[in-house]
Amino acid sequence: MNAPAYNFAYLDEQTKRMIRRAILKAITIPGYQVPFASREMPMPYGWGTGGVQVTAAILGPADVLKVIDQGSDDTTNAISIRKFFAKTAGVATTTATDAATVIQTRHRIPETALHENQVLVYQVPIPEPLRFLEPRETETRRMHALAEYGLMHVKLYEDIARFGHIATAYAYPVKVNARYVMDPSPTPKFDNPKMDNCPALQLFGAGREKRIYAIPPYTKVVSLDFEDHPFEPYRFNAPCALCGAENSYLDEIVTDDKGSRMFVCSDTDYCEGRQTAGHHGSLSAAPYKEKAGSHG
Amino acid sequence: MVDQDLVGQDLADVDALENDQPLLAATSLSKSFGRIAACREVSFALYPGEVLAIVGESGSGKSTLLQLLSGQLAASGGHVSYRMRDGVARDLATLGEAERRFLFRTDWGFVHQDPAQGLRMAVSAGANVGERLMAVGWNHYGRIRNAASDWLTRVEIDVARIDDAPRTYSGGMRQRLQIARNLVTEPRLVFMDEPTGGLDVSVQARLLDLLRSLVAELHLAVIIVTHDLAVARLLSHRVMVMKGGSVIETGLTDQVLDDPREPYTQLLVSSILPP
Repeated sequence: MNAPAYNFAYLDEQTKRMIRRAILKAITIPGYQVPFASREMPMPYGWGTGGVQVTAAILGPADVLKVIDQGSDDTTNAISIRKFFAKTAGVATTTATDAATVIQTRHRIPETALHENQVLVYQVPIPEPLRFLEPRETETRRMHALAEYGLMHVKLYEDIARFGHIATAYAYPVKVNARYVMDPSPTPKFDNPKMDNCPALQLFGAGREKRIYAIPPYTKVVSLDFEDHPFEPYRFNAPCALCGAENSYLDEIVTDDKGSRMFVCSDTDYCEGRQTAGHHGSLSAAPYKEKAGSHG
Repeated sequence: MVDQDLVGQDLADVDALENDQPLLAATSLSKSFGRIAACREVSFALYPGEVLAIVGESGSGKSTLLQLLSGQLAASGGHVSYRMRDGVARDLATLGEAERRFLFRTDWGFVHQDPAQGLRMAVSAGANVGERLMAVGWNHYGRIRNAASDWLTRVEIDVARIDDAPRTYSGGMRQRLQIARNLVTEPRLVFMDEPTGGLDVSVQARLLDLLRSLVAELHLAVIIVTHDLAVARLLSHRVMVMKGGSVIETGLTDQVLDDPREPYTQLLVSSILPP
């Protein structure tokens, strides 16, 4: 009964080698989308099949895994992927950003600053930043090859012409290492500055689109903008209702049908850490206590 | 004063020298698709500021020739040389892809018969005009927008419609927008493939009028492919008549159209209905 039902971390060794080769190539050409032979995973496309394959390829027995989904450690997606690797690789899991060595993420970068011994793995739905401007993949590849990125500014121009400011709020295009324009996956643009000069290795996996790309540690990442309309990270102008944080990215939560709403940190680990440390917001008492349960 | 005069004199000389050399020269250009020879041994030279019309019936090889000249199609024989902005003539076939594409969005323009091919129909008119500027590194929204509205005015499009997508435009407006989009980087050479095709007569007349004044004002060299001899007469200085892939007659526009030599050209000219 000791024979393992799965190979370590689910994928077979040949597949992991293939993915590692793609990852190595991606690291050597920052921001360049490397094609790879994406496998079927036991989850639907759109649930992080790309991220899971990258994680499976880099995971070692001593790693500590954290999985976040929109900043949260306790959504279905995050819990399922954490369980998946706990079962197939037997690695330790955590929700604490500091304690993790591999962090798989969907649409957020943790608020706590990352360090050199960490790898951040992004789940990417659409790796091609030019996709909606130029539908031909042959053409977009050529544009990347020749660094023809005027079209990316057409998108930003359209935003300003229509809304008076750059209204792109997520998947905000960045230029990596002064060469490739890259889609940072649908993270809010609030997180873009965290990618710049980040000590941790950042890997991006797109399962359906079969692409892997990377930002090596300490790489220059610049958000595209205009001289007269510079890049600005967006944040709701409110403190977190639970921990009172003034500088974290907030989720807006509708609390009834009469227009009431509350703003809370999207990074649950960061928020809980602050509350444990004694920080409180205006609503700390109400929804957070629900977890403890008054009805037993 | 004397010095300034000298400088002025020098500049005039340089200008004269510039205009003395062909901008684009084709030498025995041929293209065959299997057994079909679409273009046979075409040679000519185009000088700065000159408008050359290529006329002929459908299937005579006009559009193939245009694609050969603009480097979109590789020739089976012969070559095309283009004098770059630094004054050096280069063979188009030896240009790298990056250079060719750069040429295409800076020093050249290409006006398609169907504006939908030359425009981005889903983005606003302003962005359509500004795209080439952004492609050459303009990074100031205000300046790009000013340049765009300036060009819309020049092609007689109401500036109030700058934020509308070209799919909301009429056929004539689309064609004028396409022209603005091409001219915004002040190219020296513009290729036009039936620019007035599919437009009604009054819109055609207005477009031709506009083209003629822009060409003169900007000192543009133009190669225009058309089957409409009236367009050739109005716009061009010289005419090349094509039939079955070969150039059968060439000369000054008035001369060719008023006194055609080749029987085929005589047929073409005589088939126009008298006004």
